[in-house]
Amino acid sequence: MSEADNPKLTSSLLYLDGVSVSFDGYKALRGLSLVLEPGEMRAIIGPNGAGKTTMMDVITGKTRPDAGDVYFEGRHDLTQLDEAEIADLGVGRKFQKPTVFENHTVSDNILLAAKAPRGVFATLFGGAARQEREAIERILATTRLGDQRERLAGALSHGQKQWLEIGMLLAQDPKLLLVDEPVAGMTDAETAATAELLREIARDHSVVVVEHDMAFVRELGVKVTVLHEGAVLAEGSLDQVSADERVIEVYLGR
Amino acid sequence: MKALPSRLDRLGLAFLALTLLCAVVVPALALAVPRDSAFAIPPYVVALLGKYVCYAILALALDLVWGYCGILSLGHGAFFALGGYAMGMYLMRQIGARGVYANPLLPDFMVFLNWKELPVAWWGFHSFAYAGLMVMLVPGVLAFAFGWFAFRSRVTGVYLSIITQALTYALKLAFFRNDFGFGGNNGLTDFKDILGFSVQSDATRAALFSISALTLALCFLIAKAIVGSKYGKALIAVRDAESRVRFLGYRVENYKLFVFVVSAVIAGVAGALYVPQVGIINPGEYDPANSIEAVIWVAVGGRGTLIGAALGAIVVNFAKTYFTGAFPEYWLFGLGGLFVLVTLFLPKGLMGLFGARRASAGSAPAPAREEGVQ
Repeated sequence: MSEADNPKLTSSLLYLDGVSVSFDGYKALRGLSLVLEPGEMRAIIGPNGAGKTTMMDVITGKTRPDAGDVYFEGRHDLTQLDEAEIADLGVGRKFQKPTVFENHTVSDNILLAAKAPRGVFATLFGGAARQEREAIERILATTRLGDQRERLAGALSHGQKQWLEIGMLLAQDPKLLLVDEPVAGMTDAETAATAELLREIARDHSVVVVEHDMAFVRELGVKVTVLHEGAVLAEGSLDQVSADERVIEVYLGR
Repeated sequence: MKALPSRLDRLGLAFLALTLLCAVVVPALALAVPRDSAFAIPPYVVALLGKYVCYAILALALDLVWGYCGILSLGHGAFFALGGYAMGMYLMRQIGARGVYANPLLPDFMVFLNWKELPVAWWGFHSFAYAGLMVMLVPGVLAFAFGWFAFRSRVTGVYLSIITQALTYALKLAFFRNDFGFGGNNGLTDFKDILGFSVQSDATRAALFSISALTLALCFLIAKAIVGSKYGKALIAVRDAESRVRFLGYRVENYKLFVFVVSAVIAGVAGALYVPQVGIINPGEYDPANSIEAVIWVAVGGRGTLIGAALGAIVVNFAKTYFTGAFPEYWLFGLGGLFVLVTLFLPKGLMGLFGARRASAGSAPAPAREEGVQ
């Protein structure tokens, strides 16, 4: 599609307006609205069942919303595209549970994620190009997995798997990274290292981080959106939202 | 595809060498050595070995989809039988006026059914080249149509296995019908010539064995090239974490479709080589039990190893030949027991006995658990 017959509707990178999703009568999202500017890093917090993962599913095309608009770069209607098309536009996703290809080596995991033609015949007949190999090296260095490259991903520690998955996201070179609970189950040292890694990545990518861990969110030091029962409850800096009456009520119970 | 030999590990080279050696030595021992020599291979054994090799090719095809992509096809016998029928139709038309009813155009069963003209489906099968094309085209097109719908609608796991089973069963019922036009219950048999050579002669048998062994080697090389490429790595990734691959932007349905079609074509070729060596093809070949047996060969040999699949087919069938002769009533219990034992104690199959395999490119480590990922 040329830009002319598909004009930009907004200048924001990601635009969700009035998004609703229900599963068998259960309303996972009720009119969720969220706007992310290019280059922004945003933390999303909220209690269990607030709709954080469903929101990720909607953005990545796994779930179709019942109502509402989802636009990427102001011009791509994500509700009309499937997972592969959305990934192709430049939206990368890291799952809550680390999902790496356990039977492949660390470098092969990154190779599969690396930006390159994805067609059957392209992968059947093409080898890894030099620039692809260089990109892999760069990512191995960033994610501190350089000396693990020939190990099977299944043999990595939990924290290393999370980093490998972040590395795979980087290899995709997406415009937007969605990161779901990156520090769940990590040690304090690993958590701190992950926060540093994400800040590094946020320098030239837009990032949405979903997280429970408040200490980690504080370490990121970015704008926070609080979700509750499928809608936005509050938005602002961590100090602002943690002073919000309703947020305290939701988190501490009535 | 990059330099192929560099992708072959030592085991693969050994397998290739062994296969090529058999392609030369077996015919030599069958034809050139005097009958009373201890080294002579009797003609019936040549045909039997040829049959095993065809099964090995089928197992290789199945391993490509099951071992590397996690598609548990319980209907691969259908592609094998379709290839077999295409070859059988060529062989039937070669009989010509030498049939019981001496009709130069119509095979005996059509004369018997009082048909007056050759059905359209049989046109062209007097030509070996046309039949050879159909051997690959028919299974390939069926696999493409089936896979197009199944993979696009994201049918996976046990549901996919069930519909592959239904596919082969439906074909079995169709081919059983006389008016379907492929010989009904009796199938196709009484073959005389292939390319002008008598299918009964020892020399033809030896040649067919040799061609089967060479085909096995060629199919192995093709399969190895596929799984060793980046495409093959993506295939293994689909097997282990399908939705992750989708989120990386791969069209998983196309990846599955390609390997499924290649596998079906290889299975069809195996069936085509099988028919002249056993001398008959009938709807029994579509029986779901045959397809399940093929899955057992692959499991016994070692899923996701290619070599293991081929060896598994040969070992299990050798055992089958022996046990059905020695203890005919107990064979099925033996086969079932073998499957259970291998699953429990040798999850990597016979290939697992070769010790911890290196995680080098091209040789897939045994798949994790089962493909119940999503």
